[in-house]
Amino acid sequence: MLLLFLGPFVLLTVLFFVMPAIITAFLALTNLDAAFQGTYVGLDNFRGLFADPLLPRVLLNTVVYVFFTLICFNTGLGLVLALLTTHIPDRVGTVFRAIWLLPRLTPMVVYGLLWLWFVDPTKYGMLNTARSWFGLAPLDLISASPWLVIVLVNGFIGASLGMVILTSAIKSVPEDYVRAARVDGASSLAIVRHVILPLIRWPLTFVLVNQTLALLTSYEYILLVTGGGPFYDTTVYALYVFRRAIQNGDYGYGAALAFILVVVGAVAALSYWRLLNFERMISAPKIEAD
Amino acid sequence: MGRIVLDKLGKRFGVVEALRDLNLEIADAELIALLGPSGCGKTTTLLMLAGIYKPTSGQILFDGVAVNDLPPQDRHIGMVFQSYALYPHMTVFDNIAFPLRLLRRPVDEIQRRVLEAAALVQIEALMDRRPSQLSGGQQQRTALARALVKQPTLLLLDEPLSNLDAKLRVLMRAEIKHLQRRLGITTILVTHDQVEAMTMADRIAVLRDGLLQQVGTPDDLYYRPANTFVAGFIGSPPMNFIPAQVETTDGQVAFAAEGMRLPAAEWTAPHLARRRGGPVLVGVRPEDIRLSLVPGESAVQGRILDVEPLGRELVVAVTVGRQVVVAIAEHGFAGKPDQPVGMFVPPERIYVFDPTTESAIV
Ligand SMILES: Nc1ncnc2c1ncn2[C@@H]1O[C@H](COP(=O)(O)OP(=O)(O)O)[C@@H](O)[C@H]1O
Ligand SMILES: [Mg+2]
Repeated sequence: MLLLFLGPFVLLTVLFFVMPAIITAFLALTNLDAAFQGTYVGLDNFRGLFADPLLPRVLLNTVVYVFFTLICFNTGLGLVLALLTTHIPDRVGTVFRAIWLLPRLTPMVVYGLLWLWFVDPTKYGMLNTARSWFGLAPLDLISASPWLVIVLVNGFIGASLGMVILTSAIKSVPEDYVRAARVDGASSLAIVRHVILPLIRWPLTFVLVNQTLALLTSYEYILLVTGGGPFYDTTVYALYVFRRAIQNGDYGYGAALAFILVVVGAVAALSYWRLLNFERMISAPKIEAD
Repeated sequence: MGRIVLDKLGKRFGVVEALRDLNLEIADAELIALLGPSGCGKTTTLLMLAGIYKPTSGQILFDGVAVNDLPPQDRHIGMVFQSYALYPHMTVFDNIAFPLRLLRRPVDEIQRRVLEAAALVQIEALMDRRPSQLSGGQQQRTALARALVKQPTLLLLDEPLSNLDAKLRVLMRAEIKHLQRRLGITTILVTHDQVEAMTMADRIAVLRDGLLQQVGTPDDLYYRPANTFVAGFIGSPPMNFIPAQVETTDGQVAFAAEGMRLPAAEWTAPHLARRRGGPVLVGVRPEDIRLSLVPGESAVQGRILDVEPLGRELVVAVTVGRQVVVAIAEHGFAGKPDQPVGMFVPPERIYVFDPTTESAIV
């Protein structure tokens, strides 16, 4: 019976997660090329990682990209939006959150093109049109500060997941805790810091870990906005995998790069769940009756 | 000093009028109870006093100063929530210390005052525990210590005993009352339990659907209820209400109902004169009724419906005509169901209400 219910999901997981991971691992041991020709080369691809002159730059890019998008937007802005929209009348908050969710419901390419139009270097771009009202010269924001655009493009869409999860977490904090803190003399900021944040630390950790992994494996908007260039200057790890494997046809080496990412993701996810379950076990919540 | 005046205080939530025109004066160091059934506006009143809700009409005055716009942190209030609202991620010590830390008191002062407050409610041994590791009674004491540590001028207790078991409730009742007298803090106790209000409070304000019914000492409410709601809410088992007619024979006023005729006390005659022949609601407390198994001795004859032993006394339900009257009998009463029984009610223990306005007549 149990198998009947779990069966389809197990099958899907095996088909779409375990199988690709195994195939990746096998490919990583070959020198498969654009013509799909290749032989077994052992651990050569993994040794190649240490000799890759582009990799340090790519890793640094990844750290910059993940750190700023994660802290400023996916977690930071998500948390701020959740806090703000739960402290205004409920209906207004819901409308506001719905607006923030729109980009996520927009097809990825449309969203990316909207941004490209917004920052278009010619005077017809929206940003430059706005600048012209103030007598400012057109600006090529993508060339001037590509990272800013990349972080903004990802952040505005990435903040919404954190916002949704943290909103429901904040709403589940019993109102009496907040009232008690007010009576105890806490300002709104002190309530957030001493009461709300500690009480939502698990959802917050979840958002942090989940979004770190999501960002580590995402490259779509960077590909759309800068294509990873100039040269490899805005290429992050996941995009590097794509460029090496698909664009350069270096499937064997690309698979080795991808395999590392799979391992990092699996280890992070597993340790997170261990931590979460463990904490849940040692402090079973005691709900006080009303 | 903690003298509180509520002046025509009102609160609406959209179409729901949770509280209407509440006028109430609370003396310094007084323990007043807000008593009423669930949903009558008690918590709403407390939260307005605490500054969490803004009144939609009327004023709150602390020592003569309007505080409607004063934020909670400037009101010098300690509050115990019905759920206790102990911060689950803090130890008992940190919970109690929280109000002082927000005031940025020096560390040694915090240490001293937290221990003092803990000593007041005897939880010094539990300082390193988390709320989840405490029993209900210990959580209650912790919440009380957190409310007292600031040395507030006003203490608000929202159903403080409702989450405790019966035995602990009796103990905490006495303890809170004793603590309040000793510290002399003006205290507002919210409860739906009339026994709690009667045993703890100096005065009781009875609320119903957001409207104040009566304010007075426990004796006032018990002996001089203003209406049938207060009369029925105070006392257990509740007062019997018997629809009756006012009759006068030979200058003697009496209440006539199906199967019974209860003579009225002499001094009430002038008040009842103009209601002669008219309907009234007669109120009789179960504890005022005397039952007798000797035939023909009493004016009112009935039949025993049920006998409930309560240990020291018995609750006896008696049918008189179609009316069921509940009485309390002393331990040792030998009546059994279906047995005929006589009832006697001292005339001066009869309450009379107007059946339409439900207000007391005498
Ligand atoms: N925040 C609120 N929003 C809307 N209605 C409320 C709110 N708080 C209380 N009420 C309503 O006001 C009335 C009084 O509630 P409350 O003061 O909590 O009653 P009590 O504490 O006496 O049980 C109830 O009808 C309740 O539904
Ligand atoms: Mg309540």
